[in-house]
Amino acid sequence: MPGPVQSIERAAAILRLLAQGSGRLGLSEIANSLGLARGTAHGILRTLQMVGFVEQDEATGKYQLGAALLHLGTSYLDVNELRSRAINWADALAARSGEAVRIGTHLQGKLLVVHHVFRPDDTLQTLDVGMLLPMHATAMGKVLLAYDANAAAAVPEGDLEAFSRRTIRTTKELTRALSGIREVGWAADVEETTVGEASVAAPIRGYGGLVVGAMGISGPVERVCDPHNRPRADLVTFVRDAARAVSRDLGAPRW
Amino acid sequence: MAERYVMSIDQGTTSTRCILFDHGGRLVSVAQREHKQHFPRPGWVEHDATEIWRNLEQIGPKALAQAGADPGQVAAVGIANQRETTVLWDRHTGVPVTRAVVWQDTRTDMLVEELARRPDAYIVEELCGLHLATYFSAPTIRWLLDHTPGLRERAERGDVLFGTMESWLIWKLTGGPEGGAHVTDVTNASRTLLMNIYSLSWDDTLLDFFGVPRAMLPEIRPSAETYGVATRVMPGVRIAAALGDQQAALFGQTCFAVGEAKCTYGTGSFLLLNTGHEPVRSTHGLLTTVGYQIGAEPAVYALEGSIAITGALVQWFRDGLGLIGTAPEIETVARTVDDNGGCYIVPAFSGLFAPHWRSEARGIIVGLTSYITRGHLARAVLEATGWQTREVVDAMNADSGLNLRTLNVDGGMTANNLLMQFIADVLNVPVVRPMVAETVSLGAAYAAGLAVGYWPDLEGLRRNWHRAAQWLPAMDPELRAREYDNWQRAVERTFDWIKPHDEE
Ligand SMILES: Nc1ncnc2c1ncn2[C@@H]1O[C@H](COP(=O)(O)OP(=O)(O)OP(=O)(O)O)[C@@H](O)[C@H]1O
Ligand SMILES: [Mg+2]
Repeated sequence: MPGPVQSIERAAAILRLLAQGSGRLGLSEIANSLGLARGTAHGILRTLQMVGFVEQDEATGKYQLGAALLHLGTSYLDVNELRSRAINWADALAARSGEAVRIGTHLQGKLLVVHHVFRPDDTLQTLDVGMLLPMHATAMGKVLLAYDANAAAAVPEGDLEAFSRRTIRTTKELTRALSGIREVGWAADVEETTVGEASVAAPIRGYGGLVVGAMGISGPVERVCDPHNRPRADLVTFVRDAARAVSRDLGAPRW
Repeated sequence: MAERYVMSIDQGTTSTRCILFDHGGRLVSVAQREHKQHFPRPGWVEHDATEIWRNLEQIGPKALAQAGADPGQVAAVGIANQRETTVLWDRHTGVPVTRAVVWQDTRTDMLVEELARRPDAYIVEELCGLHLATYFSAPTIRWLLDHTPGLRERAERGDVLFGTMESWLIWKLTGGPEGGAHVTDVTNASRTLLMNIYSLSWDDTLLDFFGVPRAMLPEIRPSAETYGVATRVMPGVRIAAALGDQQAALFGQTCFAVGEAKCTYGTGSFLLLNTGHEPVRSTHGLLTTVGYQIGAEPAVYALEGSIAITGALVQWFRDGLGLIGTAPEIETVARTVDDNGGCYIVPAFSGLFAPHWRSEARGIIVGLTSYITRGHLARAVLEATGWQTREVVDAMNADSGLNLRTLNVDGGMTANNLLMQFIADVLNVPVVRPMVAETVSLGAAYAAGLAVGYWPDLEGLRRNWHRAAQWLPAMDPELRAREYDNWQRAVERTFDWIKPHDEE
């Protein structure tokens, strides 16, 4: 029988350490307390961070227990419940922006459309609910990759599938895009999935601040973007406000 | 200060909601609170009207705060309410004399049967357009007067007032014992069994028939008109509309033309068809009711197919059986299987309403075998809503001589895609949801906004309507026919369950 896995033992020790005292520790403090090399401790912390068990404070660089760990077992939000709780705000977003609205969650490396509100122009449109879309090429998918450690962990290494000339193709490029998304709090996809189409999306947070889905609008690039091909600021505000309103109703703390 | 919003209050069976809408009819903020359901005996359902008032005291300011608004920015408030639910309160203290008796309550079934045996009973339907049933307010008022010592004398002196929820809230908002307005609107009054459907006023013959003193009744007013100014909760705001929730939804869906219809899926579900300025009589189990009345304009009538239990069955699945944690989870559970496995649930919890009107029926689950799982039961719960819709649509088609071409839907259950698809499948017509699922609230806001000139006319409101989702029928016709037949056989098995001596 194989013996215990050393890195898991060490990870458990780090979690125990973070669960004590002030709960905020720097890399050297953690490495010193457990008698680990800095590189070893850093590798373990990075993995714990990826699965959401540990978070790193952006300003101080200190580590603490992650929200996913605090809500282990209660973090799951039924997608049908997400739709029910978001429906009012999704409608209002469509009416305000004049564009179609979708809500998506992560499902096995793909973006699952769980809600869809038609563009309010009464033209013939078909419900997309249940459709699976690529994560790295959509605004909603990128939001989930940026904030949902589970989703990020499911992205395969190596080259990414291209849907248009503008699709992000490498994990390196993707990593850079995701940190930009975390900085501003929203994501865009300008002709990355379909030529002529653009989308804007923001995270929906649930209890404890955990990201449970993404909400966004999409439409023709000339309506969604300004002449410089950047998403229009007013639309970005509508999307972020709507996602925040849903988050507030789901019990997320204000952020 | 600029009047930027219209407020709605939706006082429903399970909760009270307060919503602010902007000029585009778009939702700006929403606050909601559930109230307690009291089930003191089998068949009895009660609410505490004071609890509901306190809930409003909380959510009104909360909805304003969420939008960063103050009452001065609110052009008017409109109220939509659960209909028929009966509140009796003391005019001098403002305290309800009993718990409110909810429309689902069947305590009056013996009384109703007794009244129906009277030789002059035929007059009721003729004068008010409704069936003699436990569902409506008059038998409840009578029952409370008969069973509460001294109440009849107080009611005759005008010391005790009757109202449905909108009357109660308007009276409280406009000052209560200190000069509160005791009013109701035509749509709510049309659900009491006491209002003459042609003259739109309290009818002495009906008051006599039920033994209800006129002194306790509110004044009947149009649905959109300023009734007074709030002195509490949103001081200074005009109260400018009241409609029964189902009529409010008809208005919110902008069904302003003859032949336009909608179905609202909440605790129960209600299909209403605009029939214009003439009350139309049903020969297929539908009710004649008032749709709305704008100020001094003539009233618009509607035919109604009332289904008592739809969302409430989902709630029973959650609270009564504990098989799901939240209502929307029913869809997740239902999707674990492909069909109902031969199982059907007929939720005749308060008897069956339209088109059967069988108060002695009670609910059943049929087709149980050891094959049936939680998933099949969840399917049967959702399918019950689909087939009940089919029954009232069939009745509506037969009465109007027209075939419904699309079904406009709204309400909380429209978030359920599996259910909406099933309804399209069993009706064999497209099902369309508008961009505001909270159509009840929107209708109350529209009526209030019209009354105070915040919106100029009906045409402007119509332009705010947009399609948010559509489900197209895709069921094999043979399967549809077979399943409908099974459903109808299941329904027959609920009949004649309660025997007269059972409840003595
Ligand atoms: N996703 C869903 N699937 C099935 N049923 C649902 C879903 N969401 C809500 N419901 C049901 O819909 C009802 C709530 O809808 P809604 O909020 O429109 O009703 P309501 O306004 O509270 O009803 P009322 O006005 O009678 O109080 C509840 O009975 C609930 O069980
Ligand atoms: Mg309601």
